[in-house]
Amino acid sequence: MPDILADLLLGIGILFTLAGSLGMLRFPDFYTRLHAAGVTETLGMIAIVTGLMLKTESSGTLVRLVFIGVFMLVTVPIASHALAKAARHGGVRPALREEE
Amino acid sequence: MARKIAFAGILGTLWILLSGHYSPLFVGLGVVSVALVTLMVHRMNRADGTRYELRVRWLAFGRYVLWLFVQIVRANVEVARLAFRPRLELSPRMVRVRALPRTELGRVIYGNSITLTPGTVTVHLDDEEVEVHALTRESAAALESGAMGRRVAELER
Repeated sequence: MPDILADLLLGIGILFTLAGSLGMLRFPDFYTRLHAAGVTETLGMIAIVTGLMLKTESSGTLVRLVFIGVFMLVTVPIASHALAKAARHGGVRPALREEE
Repeated sequence: MARKIAFAGILGTLWILLSGHYSPLFVGLGVVSVALVTLMVHRMNRADGTRYELRVRWLAFGRYVLWLFVQIVRANVEVARLAFRPRLELSPRMVRVRALPRTELGRVIYGNSITLTPGTVTVHLDDEEVEVHALTRESAAALESGAMGRRVAELER
């Protein structure tokens, strides 16, 4: 049973990682691509790490996976923010669409 | 001094947890790394000795993390759908929202929560406002509703 759940989670992780990569290629500018990367870094990462947690039999690996997950969740937004801020200060204009 | 020893102890434990190897080479590398980081932090503290305290209501924080997780899943589904759609239907925009959390820690939690939710990235954060790049009109509207800011503000005290 946990094995099916683990496979399901890994599948979800793959799906969202794929979505993030696709968005990286398709979205028009730097800032919108940042959102696509966010998909891979958040749900893609969470699903794959949790799936691996259910699959592993070693408690050492489990502890390491927990650490990886927590570190990612704390550092990823800081890195994204640093990138966005650097782009803005560097004068990268966002492609904006203000309809209405 | 006691602080430094405790700090080095925590780093050492973390090293052993993450490495899982006890051969002299790996333990030796660990000792060198811990010493180096402790030295670096010591020097950085001399430049910026401000002490930041993690003072939040932990039970409420746990509830907030669960709520945030639900928001992250929702936002992920939304952005993933946009990425898979044959036609790109983005309406990117910059929005400014009043930052409700008053403390420094609260604003950091707020800014990071915004970025962690796909579809919104914090570009700038000051005492009054957050400037956010939003991927669509909907993601901007969700932020402008202020639900997240209110929840973070509730954590402060």
